Amino acid sequence: MSVLEIENLSVSLPKGADRKFAIEDITLSVGRGEIVCVVGESGSGKSVTAFSVMGLADRRALTPVAGEIRLEGENLLEASDAHLRSLRGEKMAMIFQEPMTALNPVLRVGDQIAEMLEIHETLSASERRARVIAAMQDVRLPDPEKMYGSYPHQLSGGQRQRIMIAMALVLEPVLLIADEPTTALDVTTQAQILKLIKDIQTRKGMGVLFITHDFGVVAEIADRVAVMQNGRIVEQGEAGAVLGAPSHPYTQMLIGAVPSMTPPERQPATGKIALETRGLGKTYGSPGLFGTGRTVHAAQAVNLTVRRGETLGIVGESGSGKSTVARCVMRLIDPTSGEILINDENIATMREGRLRAHRRDIQIVFQDPYRSLNPRRTVGQSIVEGPMNFGIGRDEARGRAEELMRVVGLAPDALERFPHQFSGGQRQRICIARALAMEPVILIADEAVSALDVSVQAQVLDLLDDVRKRFDLAMLFITHDLRVAAQICDRIMVMNQGEVVESGPTAAVYANPQQDYTKALLAAAPGHHARFA
Amino acid sequence: MADPATAPRDLPAELSLARLALRNRSVYWGGLLLCIIVVVAIVGPYFTAEPSALNPTNRLKPPGPNGVFGTDMLGRDLFSRVINGARVSLVVGLAVAVIAVSIGLFLGLIAGYIRVMDALIMRVMDGLMSIPAILLAIALISLSGATLTTVVIAIVIPEIPRVVRLVRAVVLTVREEPYVEAAISVGTRVPTIMARHVLPNTIAPLIVQATYICGSAMLTEAILGFLGAGIPPEIPSWGNIMSEGRTFFQLTPWIIFFPGLALAATVLAVNIVGDGLRDTLDPRIARNMR
Repeated sequence: MSVLEIENLSVSLPKGADRKFAIEDITLSVGRGEIVCVVGESGSGKSVTAFSVMGLADRRALTPVAGEIRLEGENLLEASDAHLRSLRGEKMAMIFQEPMTALNPVLRVGDQIAEMLEIHETLSASERRARVIAAMQDVRLPDPEKMYGSYPHQLSGGQRQRIMIAMALVLEPVLLIADEPTTALDVTTQAQILKLIKDIQTRKGMGVLFITHDFGVVAEIADRVAVMQNGRIVEQGEAGAVLGAPSHPYTQMLIGAVPSMTPPERQPATGKIALETRGLGKTYGSPGLFGTGRTVHAAQAVNLTVRRGETLGIVGESGSGKSTVARCVMRLIDPTSGEILINDENIATMREGRLRAHRRDIQIVFQDPYRSLNPRRTVGQSIVEGPMNFGIGRDEARGRAEELMRVVGLAPDALERFPHQFSGGQRQRICIARALAMEPVILIADEAVSALDVSVQAQVLDLLDDVRKRFDLAMLFITHDLRVAAQICDRIMVMNQGEVVESGPTAAVYANPQQDYTKALLAAAPGHHARFA
Repeated sequence: MADPATAPRDLPAELSLARLALRNRSVYWGGLLLCIIVVVAIVGPYFTAEPSALNPTNRLKPPGPNGVFGTDMLGRDLFSRVINGARVSLVVGLAVAVIAVSIGLFLGLIAGYIRVMDALIMRVMDGLMSIPAILLAIALISLSGATLTTVVIAIVIPEIPRVVRLVRAVVLTVREEPYVEAAISVGTRVPTIMARHVLPNTIAPLIVQATYICGSAMLTEAILGFLGAGIPPEIPSWGNIMSEGRTFFQLTPWIIFFPGLALAATVLAVNIVGDGLRDTLDPRIARNMR
């Protein structure tokens, strides 16, 4: 019997939205002991589905207009607010993407779990504590007795997500809704959390509705899959069938866009060395007057070289120091030790006045396409700003900007428009054009495709690879995504806690990792063993 | 998914800031009230009796045939005095807001963007903040005499740190924005970055802050007048009128009531406009209010 049945559900969007329905006529069921993944790109309606089931969607903005949501046969859309409240927690529970914001920062985590029991059950304080400890043991938190009194900021991201899961499961609901629960986590932590969800689900026999955008995660965890596009389910079926032989063109496109974990064979680059660092280091904090201050080595003794026409990937988890290296090389932050050589000149300690001349040679594309363009300035103004700083006339800069718009696949009239009129992928193209307008030798891509949907990601990756060839650029590609790195990088450098763990040609590192950390990282990549059609 | 709050979707509307703001009901009604007060303050004195004209036979008369608001203990027409007093209040409010915001904006930009100046400027600001406006005014006036300028300076000084703190906070967040880093990367010089990328972000919160400063400056001016430490008594300001009426308060409450009412209405109008502007200019709050 199904735990959750969604039948012909439509949810309308407020007037003035880009489409009429957030979700339209979707039918979906989750059985006991089954994990159903809802997968789709941003704006596909997958989160609205989850929030509608939980009754958390703002009904004034997102009004269910047709269909039914049945939890164990009971229609949730007709349930009163009070009844829904008691169902949440007891029968259904939800975990969210960002465990830091989903937990209350000023309450101890144990008390936050205990709150669920206080609301829904009548237990004595000691019984409650015992239940909470048991729940924390269930999610394999170390030393639950001690962790009971911790505050969220004292725990790691993975531990926080475990607390969220413990909180969701303490009342043993029949349905767990997980909305991108591992998206904000590092790959190795993600692998552990996915395994935990699967274990608990098997043990307790509950149904899981798992929302994700990542086909690797789907391959890892799903029994069945529903693919959503623009509020509709375009394909639904057994996970193996959908991933192995997708029938709908949209699913085929999505799966086809997932980069493969197997790097293609590449010729070693022979161009001139464009960028070199020697013993580059960045330390935050100071040892203090009595040597008691706290210091953090964000990057230590990083040696790298990038030749023209070559892409060097720096991969690592959050806090590994990969972005620190990029920002040091850009001189957005000042390195504390080491040399950065560009055109045989050390820019590591150069003063801003002399450094300015070198800024032309090295450009960066940032992660967040929504924040890397000044919202008050037109795209054209943003692109010509750099060249005009170096004495190029407005008309000439303008002409080059138009040319670059074509290079990055946008119409030249885009120059007159403002950033908010473009999608994330288009903005990233604009950022690439802005970097190229400086005619750089080195292009740094700092997680430049991480915020993009998979289909858009593939296009932007192609563009980056294309401009590298066309302008013979040396590219430093920073990413946490091993799939992306496999596809674009000639050589790869793995970083952990500020230090370079391993480096070498991409194919060699992926096929035969030498260090334990690299092996763990590769093994943790979701769906690394799965083959997509 | 992109947070809609960070997506600058409401930007083209910001280009017609005034029109957007007027759609807000508080801005509309508050602004209307304020406009009326301003017009009365500008035009009114030409139509009323001389505010300092004495009429000893008509002393302490209640509102009625001897004057709409009655007369004071020297027989001066209270209506005329209150209308004339509006000028003082509005000039003080406007002058304080403009001067405090200009100086504060300049110092705030420097403190927020140039790290070495930060500690220096902020410690000085902490010092200024610890000076009570009223004591400072009394000290300044005893040093250099009671004039409008002294009163304005006395009120401006403690207001500056508030503006500096606000601007600095905005600058500190904006300077971390990738688009500012991108501007650094393409070799834009610091003054240009400040003018082009940082300054526009401070305008909306500053407009709001300016209205609050304006309101509180008018109140402080009235308090100073009431204490006898403000504008010289020959100029009718609302604070002065109330101060003079204080001794007769139980006998002739209208002398305090009418200037008090005018002051309350003006400050209220300014604050309503400020609240409305905050709601329209800060999309996060605006969304929750809807």
